[in-house]
Amino acid sequence: MIPMAFEYHRAASVEEAIRLLEQYGPDAKVLAGGHSLTPLMKLRFAQPAHVIDIGRLHELRYIREEGNVIAIGALTLHRTVAESATVRQRIPVLAEAAFRIGDVQVRNMGTIGGSLAHADPAADYPAVVLALEAEIVAQGPAGRRTIRARDFFRGPFTTALQPNELIVEVRVPVPSGKTGSAYQKYPHPASGFAVVGCAAVLTVDAETCRDVRVAFTGVATQPFRDTVVEDALRGQRADEATVRAAAEKAAEGVQPLGDAFASAEYRRHMAKVYARRALLQALTRAT
Amino acid sequence: MRVAVHVNGRPYERDIEPRMLLVHFLRDELGLTGTHIGCDTSNCGACTVLLDGKAVKSCTLLAVQADGADILTVEGLSQDGRLHPVQEGFWEEHGLQCGFCTPGMMMLAVELLQREPDPSEEAIRHYLEGNLCRCTGYQHIVHAIRYAAQKLRETRESS
Ligand SMILES: Cc1cc2nc3c(=O)[nH]c(=O)nc-3n(C[C@H](O)[C@H](O)[C@H](O)COP(=O)(O)OP(=O)(O)OC[C@H]3O[C@@H](n4cnc5c(N)ncnc54)[C@H](O)[C@@H]3O)c2cc1C
Ligand code: FES
Ligand code: FES
Repeated sequence: MIPMAFEYHRAASVEEAIRLLEQYGPDAKVLAGGHSLTPLMKLRFAQPAHVIDIGRLHELRYIREEGNVIAIGALTLHRTVAESATVRQRIPVLAEAAFRIGDVQVRNMGTIGGSLAHADPAADYPAVVLALEAEIVAQGPAGRRTIRARDFFRGPFTTALQPNELIVEVRVPVPSGKTGSAYQKYPHPASGFAVVGCAAVLTVDAETCRDVRVAFTGVATQPFRDTVVEDALRGQRADEATVRAAAEKAAEGVQPLGDAFASAEYRRHMAKVYARRALLQALTRAT
Repeated sequence: MRVAVHVNGRPYERDIEPRMLLVHFLRDELGLTGTHIGCDTSNCGACTVLLDGKAVKSCTLLAVQADGADILTVEGLSQDGRLHPVQEGFWEEHGLQCGFCTPGMMMLAVELLQREPDPSEEAIRHYLEGNLCRCTGYQHIVHAIRYAAQKLRETRESS
């Protein structure tokens, strides 16, 4: 399978990439690692007339500690996130999720910015950035703006990015206090994407769940925060029985996806199972 | 578009269409047909090569993305007519049957052993997640990589 012919542009700077996006408008696509875009182009689901390669913008490959925020450049590879000592120590749930993406070869090419911009409803990072209340920094012709993760995902493969904007950075606040977090994923046996992926972040104070955030991917047409489970836990005793009871409410009020591999009912059931596993692991880590 | 790469230490330069995939560049432009195309959908790993030392699926890269890179393919493994320890492992431990997946398996094994000189059986199995074999049942592949790991450590210690 060979993509349709296109004109290739290699951006030498973020500004140049944005200029090219402005120039070619809807006919252009940005190429980062290419591990979502190239397969789509090979299948000719995507047929951009102009491909703007940002893969050499090394200034967008970094992981920096800025006080209580970890700033991750958009072109940082999944593998780099998975192996980063900073990420593993300060936001282990993010490293865990990165490590569960695809396989070694995919993690060697795929980027965090590409995964978020692509917004596959079964991708791993979206659940984690929602649960961590991360911010996505986009740059366009008018400069930079910051988008909260919860405002970023708008539907399957749809985000709040403007066509002339690039993701340049992801800013992840480091959870404070006695916080434990975990990502639990049920991968599709063939594709490796999440049939159900659950990210949980739990802060415990005086044996009480002071703050709790639960987010899912794979379950519905877009990743979401599960406020029903969160409300069932916030202010309650931080123990196993409470967590198990709260997890039973997973995906309430959500219409789960159903397909040949996993029916809607099965996904709903698995959402409960994976919420329980992620929350119990987060609880153990918090205490 | 002009693309210049080093493959197995040798420089190559070609004028190609930007839509050409790296695997076609290697096979059709350079005649290096050791890199196989299995699924052509990024799943099987038969097309795995090392790009600046990193294992990648060459069916999922445009050749223009590799411009300027150092590429290692299965043809570059043996030195002076002597098999690379990973190749020797596959030979000694019967790590292949039809051989279709083998170049990709070996390239991934080379990356693994560069990073982890003594991987456990479990670590090897995890690492092979993106490489499919329809013949061996993987057991002999894992043995082959264990063999290669041992061999590489011995060579390193004696030199
Ligand atoms: C075999 C295989 C298995 C996979 N398994 C998983 C999995 O289990 N879980 C998972 O989450 N993902 C999985 N993926 C997807 C993988 O994580 C991709 O790398 C990722 O989704 C896209 O990142 P990329 O850098 O390759 O982006 P590209 O493919 O280059 O781009 C993807 C899209 O985002 C846009 N884009 C890229 N970067 C930016 C930017 N900085 N700003 C604005 N727009 C941008 C592009 O224009 C394009 O539309 C898998 C992929 C493959 C091939
Ligand atoms: S041919 Fe590239 S992964 Fe199968
Ligand atoms: S030996 Fe036949 S596919 Fe692996």
